[in-house]
Amino acid sequence: MKVGSRLEAVLSSGHFAVTAELGPPKGADLEVIGRKIELLRNCADAVNITDNQTAVVRMCSAAVAHILVENGVEPVMQMTCRDRNRLAIQADLLGAYALGVRNLLCLTGDHQSFGNHPQSKNVYDLDSIQLIQVVRRMREEGVFMNGEPMEGGARFFIGAAANPFADPFEFRPLRLAKKVSAGADFIQTQLVYNVPKFREYMHRVCDLGLHEKVYILAGVGPIKSVGAARYMATSVPGMDVPEEIVERMRKAPKEKRTDEGINICVEVIQQVREIPGVAGVHIMAIEWEEAVAEICERAGLLPRPSPQLPEGAAK
Amino acid sequence: MIRAQQKPLVEIESLIGQAKNVLVLGCGTCTAVCLAGGEKEARTLAAALRVSAQIKGVQREVRHSLVQRQCEPEFVREVEEEALWADVIVSLACGIGCQVMNERYPERLTVPGVNTCFLGAPIEHGVFDERCQACGDCILHLTGGICPIARCAKSMLNGPCGGSQHGKCEVNPSNPCAWQLIYERLLSLNKLELISAILPAKDWRSARDGGQRRIVREDVRL
Ligand code: SF4
Ligand code: SF4
Repeated sequence: MKVGSRLEAVLSSGHFAVTAELGPPKGADLEVIGRKIELLRNCADAVNITDNQTAVVRMCSAAVAHILVENGVEPVMQMTCRDRNRLAIQADLLGAYALGVRNLLCLTGDHQSFGNHPQSKNVYDLDSIQLIQVVRRMREEGVFMNGEPMEGGARFFIGAAANPFADPFEFRPLRLAKKVSAGADFIQTQLVYNVPKFREYMHRVCDLGLHEKVYILAGVGPIKSVGAARYMATSVPGMDVPEEIVERMRKAPKEKRTDEGINICVEVIQQVREIPGVAGVHIMAIEWEEAVAEICERAGLLPRPSPQLPEGAAK
Repeated sequence: MIRAQQKPLVEIESLIGQAKNVLVLGCGTCTAVCLAGGEKEARTLAAALRVSAQIKGVQREVRHSLVQRQCEPEFVREVEEEALWADVIVSLACGIGCQVMNERYPERLTVPGVNTCFLGAPIEHGVFDERCQACGDCILHLTGGICPIARCAKSMLNGPCGGSQHGKCEVNPSNPCAWQLIYERLLSLNKLELISAILPAKDWRSARDGGQRRIVREDVRL
């Protein structure tokens, strides 16, 4: 194993992995985090901690990731290139590693115009692919981006995102290949609602042999309401929610709509599980963490395995 | 060319303050071409300032003039007499022209009458689009002649990001996604291998991040 994180152990032992997501609070409230940790604790092999998700200021992902480590839940720390230049990125990586973080998701990051400080200056010194390269060199060569040796390495299990539904569709598998050659160990995809399109994407990914080089976790998530379905279908760039899904939500009786959202999610999990090259699912139920346990239960993903971790590996 | 937009009249008036003699100074090059500060715009603005002063009962004389290239000290010498007559000069050139005026005539304050916006090209009559950020290390040969630094909202070198859909940029759907354009162009040139390789992190020293930039041409120095 490269790092010896629990997520890596689950994936490398061939288990179908489950990751979930935890959005840090818009404030310094520890209680909220504690409550969400308990909702996710036994459902996921690791939990993503978002980094100023959708460019809205929240508690920093490294701090929240550390709180998870202390509570015995393994985090996947998200790191975007929007808010930090290469100095800050590397400094934060060292800090996060020292605090016990072992999994990292490298993102370019949503543009700040989507968030709550649209007046800000963005950074984008690096993009996600270049960030992956930096983290890999830290791990494999023990050096900073400028080639200087580090005093004590930071060894992360490196994740990246992929959106099979963004354009140009034909280029998406090639861009995934770039992430793999940069050093990505695992991939978490955009939310899958259009399963046929995702199947086609995975087909192309497997043709390139990428599924043998990287673990691909399909992004899934429950829809809470008709409004949410419609909003995702029409107003979120890069999302693909087919009309049938919106219709299903609309046709469900009002008091059964959240159940229907969960039903759809469970079905998608069962379908993507059958697609060659899919190594797990990443369940995104931000601000609806309560749903994760039920989804996992009904999709037959519980109990989570307890893989053998190497001696001295991350807690 | 440099693209600019005239400031609103009220703002320009507030920059003039109590000045009695005002010179509106257009530029015959970039801001003339983008219809923000050429001879015609200088004349119109001067007239508007006169009318407004009259309405408000302010005693003020407003003249207008033009320098062919306000960004060059040689050229702004031509307006010495008018410049020294004025209490305040309103420059309708880009920020470069405005600064050159301030350098050449330090005893007079030259204020900006336009907002200098970007380096761009017209895409249709009256519509200008950004094309270059003068990063100092051009890579257009790698990206099919389409600049990702200026035209991708995230200046990505390995795009497109996950928000690119239907050819539009996620940040502003009235803009095309630069990386979609790059992909299509390279596909048609049969050169997709250029973006199948990872473009390395950029050395931003040649851009503004290295501090103010200077070009020295020893071969033509006097
Ligand atoms: S790569 Fe740099 S110099 Fe070339 S067009 Fe883009 S910003 Fe301008
Ligand atoms: S949609 Fe295209 S242009 Fe806009 S930020 Fe993403 S890659 Fe850049």
